[in-house]
Amino acid sequence: MEATMTRSRTVRLGPVEAIPLGEGRAFVVDGEAVAVFRTRGGGLFATQAFCPHGRGPLADGLVGRGTVLCPLHAFAFDLASGRSLGGSCADLRSYAVSSGANGEIVLQIPAARERTKADNLRQGTAA
Amino acid sequence: MKERLVVIGNGMAGARLVEDVLARGGGRRFDVAMFGEEPYGNYNRILLSSVLARSHDAKDIFINPLSWYEQNRVRLHAGVRVTAIDRQARTITGVSAAAEPYEVIEHYDRLVLATGSVPFVPPMSGLERAEGGYKPGVFVFRTLQDCEAITAYGRRSRVAAVIGGGLLGLEAARGLLEQGLEVHVVHLMPHLMEVQLDAPAGSVLSRTLRELGVHVHLGKSTRAILGEERVSGLQFEDGGTLACDMVVVSAGIRPNAALARKAGLSVERGIVVGDDLASPEDPRVFAVGECAQHRGRVYGLVAPLWEQTQVLADRLTGKNVDARYEGSAVSTKLKVMGVELSVMGEKEAASEADEVATYSDPARGVYKKLIVREGRLAGAILLGDAAVAPSLAQMFDRATRIPGSPAELLFPAAGARAAASAAELPDDAQICNCNGVSKARLVDAVKSGCRSLKSLCDATRAGTGCGSCKPQVQEVLQATAGDSVVADPAAHYYVRGVPMAKPELVAAIRERRLRSVSAVFAQLADGKEDAGSKAGLASLLRTLWGGDYVEERDARFINDRVHANIQRDGTFSVVPRIYGGVTSPAQLRRIADVAEKYDVPMLKITGGQRIDLLGIPKEKLPDVWRDLGIPSGHAYTKASRTCKTCVGTDFCRYGVGDSTALGIAIEKRFQGIESPHKMKLAANGCPRNCAEATTKDLGAVAIEGGRWEIYIGGAAGSRVRKGDVLCVVDTHDDVLRYMGRFMQYYREHAKYLERTYDFVERLGIEKLRAILVDDVEGIAERLDAAIQAAVDAYEDPWLEADRPIHPSQFRSTLMTVEAR
Repeated sequence: MEATMTRSRTVRLGPVEAIPLGEGRAFVVDGEAVAVFRTRGGGLFATQAFCPHGRGPLADGLVGRGTVLCPLHAFAFDLASGRSLGGSCADLRSYAVSSGANGEIVLQIPAARERTKADNLRQGTAA
Repeated sequence: MKERLVVIGNGMAGARLVEDVLARGGGRRFDVAMFGEEPYGNYNRILLSSVLARSHDAKDIFINPLSWYEQNRVRLHAGVRVTAIDRQARTITGVSAAAEPYEVIEHYDRLVLATGSVPFVPPMSGLERAEGGYKPGVFVFRTLQDCEAITAYGRRSRVAAVIGGGLLGLEAARGLLEQGLEVHVVHLMPHLMEVQLDAPAGSVLSRTLRELGVHVHLGKSTRAILGEERVSGLQFEDGGTLACDMVVVSAGIRPNAALARKAGLSVERGIVVGDDLASPEDPRVFAVGECAQHRGRVYGLVAPLWEQTQVLADRLTGKNVDARYEGSAVSTKLKVMGVELSVMGEKEAASEADEVATYSDPARGVYKKLIVREGRLAGAILLGDAAVAPSLAQMFDRATRIPGSPAELLFPAAGARAAASAAELPDDAQICNCNGVSKARLVDAVKSGCRSLKSLCDATRAGTGCGSCKPQVQEVLQATAGDSVVADPAAHYYVRGVPMAKPELVAAIRERRLRSVSAVFAQLADGKEDAGSKAGLASLLRTLWGGDYVEERDARFINDRVHANIQRDGTFSVVPRIYGGVTSPAQLRRIADVAEKYDVPMLKITGGQRIDLLGIPKEKLPDVWRDLGIPSGHAYTKASRTCKTCVGTDFCRYGVGDSTALGIAIEKRFQGIESPHKMKLAANGCPRNCAEATTKDLGAVAIEGGRWEIYIGGAAGSRVRKGDVLCVVDTHDDVLRYMGRFMQYYREHAKYLERTYDFVERLGIEKLRAILVDDVEGIAERLDAAIQAAVDAYEDPWLEADRPIHPSQFRSTLMTVEAR
């Protein structure tokens, strides 16, 4: 939600094929770890790379029907919205991602200052 | 235009049927109308006695308020009594009970009769007043209105008599007792609850009730109700009398089939229906619940009713037009005046061949009886102690072979937690020890709508760790939700995402030649890929197709993508193969060198007699494997693991068999063989069991005379179970043959993540022995060939160190972009 209102920048993360089909891999952008998933249906999704519950590496999770299962405790998340399914873990931050004309991963990431503000809002503290 | 579905009866069966129809999308197909004689929405009739006992408020027992019908566009004619069914014109006529009665007419395309039952009132004189209606002080106990009338009259009374010592009568007695009345139960038969109990159980129950303050009169037939204006007592056939102020007649129920009979449908004890729940006279007319008679039986309990409404809803909505109701095996759990009672199946032995085990402790109000026929539970009565009821009910429902002697089943296994107490545990008791879920949390989730084990586990995460608490979670669910618990059809699926049990799934995969996980989703699951089902399907496809399996690496869990076990910090553990736990100085030196070179944070001797290098980053795995130069120990996958051994005859002075040589042979032969769940193995050199072979998935134990016992289905994890002896053999080769045969059978028939101990219990050791040792199905040779093919196809996965299947197989982070 905030992303549309805030300043963000576009980052190119290399060819889509670097991520094996149906899997995810992590990227670090401006010090922020982002997991990008390439689904068998042809979609690209991006969320924060580690789960809030136990820092599970989400890029290593099983993916299916727009969800990812955390490899540590199998908590499920919606890839598009980052929403925690079943509510056992906090929601994930998610990012806009697409494949560019030349088959490159194109990620929109909010500027660092905006991210801090969004985090504070998420945690219910004053920005 | 929509079809018109009319349901007569808004009780537990009628309302449940409509719920089931709507849940299957029937709202789009049908215009639904209902007739209910009572002037409100529907309520849980089972809880009426609790309303009488004032432990529940009347408003708390409503299942659907009137607004529910509106929201779901169900036209409810509440307080309208149906007077006629015209099957030619297909109309229903009803008359309202309002002050100014009006007529209601509904047309139907499909008609469901759920008219329930009416109380049976035996002929007695003095029952009615000359001007009609019961004499003041005489009541039946069937509806909320009855309940209110009894309560009101009870306030002005001192002594109450209940005619009928069956379940309902005793429930009424409990309610009256709670209201502070002196209560007498008058029963025609020589013991209480003769439908459910045998004579000794009945007498234990009588004793318990007497201790609670109820006066029990057995073998008494009531001739007359005394009193001019109002009830003043009872007179019995034997000439005796009993003074009382009120009498509740609860002598049983009769199916309410008058309407159906008038409409020309065949009615015997109830409205006759076939397996399609339709009347044989009219395929547009169906009956469910207490009014229906199926294969000669009329059910008065709620569980069969739920099964009927599901089948009928499947047929009506077209979800499954071939759904059939084939009768219900009745196992039920009741609470009679606070006394726990579970009954299932038959209450008496049918012949000398039946084994019967009983236990009686009248002083504590406990009576238990089991009837075992051909190794299976044919019936049980558990009065006053329900600790073993859940496990017995499971054995009864699934018709599993019972392990051990029947007498042992009467008592909880030694060491087992007092499982049945889950319902009685305090709210803060932790039920799921893996995820720290308390009973209160479960109860809250049930109250907020979870009605199946699956939805409850999903919502709370209870049972999603090791899974051993699931029976207790089920108990909390049962205790909290009572009869509204919904069975989870997916419990029988191989994996949740493909709605098929394993045999059907295997047949479909073979028939359609589905060789990849995505092909299975595309063809058998409407194209819906399910993350949680992928690994199970991958395992099954590899078992079925071997070398012809089309690998999709994303279908594997991370451990099987990188052949190492993920740890809590996202690093991995590496366990090299040490066959049978026998190592050498050179091997140890190499492991030590690798541990130093990679600065391994922890080096640990495992329970499986090998060495674990913990804390290896994913990127380093190929280097570590290469430097070790030892094959993978498969400590990460659902496959055969290590074979634990003792030193056997080599050094041990007690050893009677060469367990190390055998253990090494077992581990080498079956290394990496994938299966529905992991398989732990062991070989003991003597029955002292130092390698713990009796509690492994597969174990071999040397016995005197140079022979080997083969154990299967042992467990020493979250559950502890001694394995069953499959057979006793003479040579190492025989051990390998039978172990392999069992493994292949397990691979082909177990559900995903079903450990051997659950599998062996589910099938029964006798059956497995017949198939695997006696070869009654003639499949032994094929099983042996199939496991041999799997053994031959084995390749050390750590060879991928030098030929990764994808350039980023062992990479976590692909790129780092710095801020500008």
